[in-house]
Parts: sequence; C-alpha cells; structure tokens
Amino acid sequence: MIVLDKVNKYYGDYHALVDISERVERNEVLVVCGPSGSGKSTLIRTLNRLEEIDAGRIEIDGRDIHAKGADVNALRAGIGFVFQHFNLFPHLTVLENCTLAPVKLGRATKAEAREVAMGLLEQVGLAHKADAYPNALSGGQQQRVAIARALAMRPPIMLFDEPTSALDPEMVGEVLQVMRTLASQGMTMVCVTHEMGFARDVADRIWFMSEGKILEKATPQDFFANPQHPRAQQFLADHRRD
Amino acid sequence: MTMLELIDTYWLYFLVGQYPDGPLGGLVLTILLSGAALLLAMPLGLLLGIARVSPYRAVNVPVAVLVHVVRAVPLLLVLFWAYFFLPAVTGVKTSQATTMLIVLVLFDSIYLAEIVAAGIRALPRGQLESARSLGLGYGAALRHVVLPQTLRHGLPSIVNQLVSTIKATSLGYIIGLSEVSFIATQINTLVFTQAVEVYLILALTYFILCFGLSRLAFLLERRLQRRPEQAS
Repeated sequence: MIVLDKVNKYYGDYHALVDISERVERNEVLVVCGPSGSGKSTLIRTLNRLEEIDAGRIEIDGRDIHAKGADVNALRAGIGFVFQHFNLFPHLTVLENCTLAPVKLGRATKAEAREVAMGLLEQVGLAHKADAYPNALSGGQQQRVAIARALAMRPPIMLFDEPTSALDPEMVGEVLQVMRTLASQGMTMVCVTHEMGFARDVADRIWFMSEGKILEKATPQDFFANPQHPRAQQFLADHRRD
Repeated sequence: MTMLELIDTYWLYFLVGQYPDGPLGGLVLTILLSGAALLLAMPLGLLLGIARVSPYRAVNVPVAVLVHVVRAVPLLLVLFWAYFFLPAVTGVKTSQATTMLIVLVLFDSIYLAEIVAAGIRALPRGQLESARSLGLGYGAALRHVVLPQTLRHGLPSIVNQLVSTIKATSLGYIIGLSEVSFIATQINTLVFTQAVEVYLILALTYFILCFGLSRLAFLLERRLQRRPEQAS
C-alpha cells in the first residue's frame, strides 16, 4: 500500500533520512520506534508531505506522492494524521472540529458530516462533549477528538506521530485503547510511539530507527525477544529500565 | 462670551463646516473620512497581511518593501507631498478630502497588514499543519482556521489602529482640509479671545469619538470571548 524507495532527506548538511526502502501493507499496523532524533517523525511526516523529500520515491496505492503536480490536498484527505500536540482548532467546538474538513471539501453535507462525526465521537467515547470547546477537555480527551477528526475524512490510512508523548501518564491508556480498537477494525496504521506495550500487543511489525536509517525490522515477538542490532538492544535495555 | 454662547453660535459650523454653502467639513467630514478609510483599509490590510506571510517571494517582497517605506515616513510628509507635488508631476489634481482618504487608506492598510501578519506568524504552526493534513488547501486553512484566531487575538491592536486613524484625520489641516481641527482653528480666529475653550471642546470631541470606539470594540471582544478558546 505504501512503498518507499531509496528515500533521502537532508536538513542542511544533516542527513535526516538515509536510503529508506520499505513497504507497508494494507491492514498492517506498523510501529516505528527509536531514540529521539532518529528520524521517525520526519519519516512519518513525509508520508503525507508535511515534509518534502530530497531524493527517492514514495508511492501510495501506486501513485508517486512526491511527484511534481501530484495533488497534495487529495493525498492528505485520504490519510489521517494525528499529532503529538493534538492541534485541535480552539475556536471551534469538538463537533465543528470533526465536520470542518468534510464539509469544506464538499465530501458531505452539514447534516451528513454531523452524523458521521457524532458516530466517531461515540466511538472514541466523547459524544457527550460534542458542543464543548477543546480547552475544556483533558489532553487525553483532546487527542481522542483529534483521532475522530482525522477519521471523519474516512481515510484508509492513519498516521500517528507520538500520539501519547504529550499526555500525562494516566491519560495514555484511553488514547491507546482507541488506537487498539482502530487496529482491530483493520485500519492501516503507521505509529511512531515509545509505548512498547502497545507495540508488543498491537503491531504487526516494528521498525527500529536510528540516525535516519531503519536498523531493524521485525515482528514484535522477534524484536522484543531477540533484537539483532546493538543499537536496538541498547534501546530496549534503556526502556526496560524505565 | 461664555462657553455655552460659544457652542450656541458655532455648533453648526463646527459640525458641518460651510455646508451647504461650501464643501462639507467639520466633525461630519472627520467621521466620514475616518469611517471610509477604515472600511477601505480593512479588506486591503487583510490581503496585504496575507501577502506579507506568503511563501512566494514575488508576493511577500514587494509588500515588505511597501511596509518598510510607509512605516519609516511620516503621514504628514506623504500627505503634503501627495497634495502639492504629485499634481505638479501628474497634472491631475485631487481634492483635499480625496487626497487625505488615499493617504489614510495607504497608512492604515499597511499597519493593519502588519497586525494581521504578526498574528498569523504567532499562531502555533500546528494549527496550519493540522488543517492542511485534513486536506484543506492553503486558502481554506487560512480562512477557516488561521484567520479567525488571528483576528480575534489581534482585535486590541486593530482597534488601536482605528482610533489612531480618527486622530490622523487632523493632519489634513496642513493641506487646508476643512475637517474638525481646521474648523476649530477657524472659530478660534473668529472669536480670538477664547482659545482655551475652543480647543477644549475640540479635544473633548476627539475623546468622545475615540473612547466610544474603543468601548464598542471592548464590548465586541467580550462577546467574542464568551465562546471559550485559546490553544492549550
């Protein structure tokens, strides 16, 4: 579904992504982990062109998304993106946050968008907050709304960029629960996360990144029981100590 | 002559100048000029502000140049120039009121553009990013996500600019525009002995106009804030 071919990205002299060639299959849940600064976020942001790439090719359903003239808005409308800092629209209610894009992009009438959004808010357990403003919500609730907002465009792919890293520990669980449900429904998901429990239970595969390279790709069983690369071994040891 | 007699004798002159025997002037001209300047400058300022933060150099550089030039030159000088020198060069003579209006719109829209641009830059980057990530184009993201927040946060600065527009109309004095300050000076010349009273009334007039406008804006702001917001 997603194919990366020799993807390279530089920030000035800094080589942020080094010759990444990989695939993500339909209905797959992929977890990307690694130390900070390893290029995980950069990588996931190239998948909907929040970051441009300097060389290589990224195909989604056979289309070269970084090609000149590729319709970036149509691409993004088909890929849900969940940010570390939620980025809800503070001047709109929870419901309006979820209906803005479908209505403005002509995907649905106001009434249809409302209905879809209420269904999604129900799914993330926040239908009763539909008319609240984001600042009246806890971080965990805001992130669940952000997931519902992304789902409102009915995307076949969801990208999560450290969705629980900005949350208080007691709110991490509720967001992961929503992600687990999504995974069980067969959503294609790429998740950058430090939640190793989530990775172990939900991921189909794990990529371990360091210094802009994917050093290890494995099933969760193999990755946790028998990491091959010394950097991955070190990373897991540090995580167990926490 | 008491203050009341002063008002009683000259109130109509103060209000409309020589109208209907001459051009409209006085307080009404001041209000009309500031009102028209604001109405024209607001959409223009919004457009220039958006252009100022445009990712395209061909758009943002000319606006930046214009901003820097206009900010660095006194309004009075530009007004003087536009009224006395420009007609000599172009051969087209504009009336005092039109010249004043053009200069006011120029200055106002530039200052408003800076307020809008600063507001857009100050908004967390994630707002634009998340709007774009949903598939909204740059224009739609600006219109539905960025600008509503920017303008609400920028309201105090915008009101500040509107108030200073009202006061800036008094600079029309230098080109003989018969706005309210000019008329007050005329009255002072006619009465001759009561400068304190005449200019006190003038000051009070400006105060009521400007204070009234800022109170109005304050009420508007409060109404907007009844809807909670602020990014956390």
